[in-house]
Amino acid sequence: MSVQEVPKNLKPHLQAPSLFGFGQGKLVTILIMALLFMLPMIAWWMGNKFYLDFSVRIICLAIAAVSLNLILGFGGLVSFGHAAFIGIGAYAVGIPAYHGYESAWLHFPLAVGLAGLFALVTGAISLRTKGVYFIMITMAFAQMAYYFFLSLEEYGGDDGMTLWSRSDFGLINISDGLTFFLLCYSVLAICIYLTFRIVNSRFGMVLRGCNSNEPRMKALGYNTYLYRLTAYVISGAMCGLAGALIANLQDFITADTMTWTRSGELMFMVILGGAGSIFGPVFGAVAFLLIEEVLSAFTIYWALPFGILLILSVLFIKGGVNGLILRGWKS
Amino acid sequence: MSTLFLIQFLNGLQLGVLLFLLAAGLTLVFGIMDFVNLAHGSLYMIGAFICASLTFWTGSFVWGVLLAIPIVAVIGFFFEKLIVRHLYESNHLDHVLATFGIILIADTLVQLSWGPQGIAIPLPDYLSGQVEILPDIIFPTFRLVIISSGLLIAAGLYWLITYTRLGMLIRAGASNRTMVSALGVDISTLFAGVFALGAVLAGIAGMLIAPITEATIGMGNDIIITAFVVIIVGGIGSMKGAFIAAILIGIIDTLGRSFLKDILEVFMESASAATAGPALSSMLIYIIMAIVLALRPQGLFPPKVR
Repeated sequence: MSVQEVPKNLKPHLQAPSLFGFGQGKLVTILIMALLFMLPMIAWWMGNKFYLDFSVRIICLAIAAVSLNLILGFGGLVSFGHAAFIGIGAYAVGIPAYHGYESAWLHFPLAVGLAGLFALVTGAISLRTKGVYFIMITMAFAQMAYYFFLSLEEYGGDDGMTLWSRSDFGLINISDGLTFFLLCYSVLAICIYLTFRIVNSRFGMVLRGCNSNEPRMKALGYNTYLYRLTAYVISGAMCGLAGALIANLQDFITADTMTWTRSGELMFMVILGGAGSIFGPVFGAVAFLLIEEVLSAFTIYWALPFGILLILSVLFIKGGVNGLILRGWKS
Repeated sequence: MSTLFLIQFLNGLQLGVLLFLLAAGLTLVFGIMDFVNLAHGSLYMIGAFICASLTFWTGSFVWGVLLAIPIVAVIGFFFEKLIVRHLYESNHLDHVLATFGIILIADTLVQLSWGPQGIAIPLPDYLSGQVEILPDIIFPTFRLVIISSGLLIAAGLYWLITYTRLGMLIRAGASNRTMVSALGVDISTLFAGVFALGAVLAGIAGMLIAPITEATIGMGNDIIITAFVVIIVGGIGSMKGAFIAAILIGIIDTLGRSFLKDILEVFMESASAATAGPALSSMLIYIIMAIVLALRPQGLFPPKVR
């Protein structure tokens, strides 16, 4: 199957998503992923812990953005509550650790399972609604999770809780910065490949079909609700995994990781990178955190230029960074 | 117990009235312009800060409010003309992202203008006292003022929408925008006007709460989610739904926070009730929202024509 034959006038979500993008965009994608691998290695080699941690943070948030992209970019479901899954994943590491259970083989399945369960319950209700209702309901459910963890005095409440040691994998030791980086990078790679396989599978085609024309999919006999719910659960579980990694990265867990502004940031990463492209959210996460870092180095009022940038990008950039790269190569 | 209950009921009513002022603007803007405005909470915050400055300048809270209202209206008007207008053609996702950007800008601008600290607004003596509403039941005067002015504004809105020409245009715009503009109504001024009206309502809510909680940066970011819950439960675009849902949610939230722990103690031991009480009460309104939506996905009072 040659992806080049896909008509160019099709909307992005109708094209068969290729792994590394189309044409010469491929080169840029591979370049960015290589840089994302090389730069932290160099930082580690130079003994610069700050940039190593910064890169790992980019990677963790990229995993979350990739998970959101599955339903937002390909499924067309504007979830404004994805930060909740990060928080659930983080507390699934923190709470067992607080009680003395340090095994990663408990933490990570728990994070994925609980985030998936939360996605199943809230998704079952949210997906009954459409459009702006869905946006607000996912947001409200995330806020509910936020207040829930905020009120747990036992686990730090609004002071947050400290993670005294990272999850114990037994075979490998992720307390070491480089090992942890390699773990996160592998998880990101796996999540990207998984997304690629999902959206190109029969399931993914139905999901994308629901995005472009739901009544038609229904008429073809698909239970669109179940397909969307499944995608929502997969996305939530993947995001829970990102949360478990973020908890291990920060060694500190607070409910603030799940405020609705964080959900907005995740959404912005996906849009900035280019929703509905496989690597778009990764570009978005890189661009978002780099811009945030650079701006906050210049001024404590970094949110001002950042907000202006956000509005301008919504008004003028179509297809995000990924779209810019594609257009740049074409012209 | 019954005294405490009555006082908490009034507190809940006060929260409900504030939520209505916020939700009314949100639901108006959504119903007529099909625009999702996350930055509505920023107008609430800006109202509070402008009122604080004017209160110190004029030396009177009442003058502060009266002068701040037209200023907030002008801000809302130009906000619509400069930014919001260009987003009507885009989808809801773009609305959410752009207004999220506006929140960041508004929070930073307020911090630049007024500094990072919260500002307490002093009340005049005749508002800061307490009154005996029933024998042996005293209640802060100002909270009564909030409740009564909120209810008055609700009545005024009802009159405006039901009996005036502007209200007729608003209702017509909500049911069929294209038709209204085809009939020769200057739709762009109508939109800017409706947006300014929503801004004023949010601003008033901010001004009314600021003497109790202080005007602080980001004060709108938490309550706006509750306002969203209100309009979801009430049915997006419905003014009646917004009013009923706001009062209900205000009262349920307040009563839940004060009494849920005691109620739970009846069923379980007090230690676990002390843990479950706060957790459950902070989730209460979202649980209610989930139940309402599970039964009626369009909210309690969905607008008839869309």
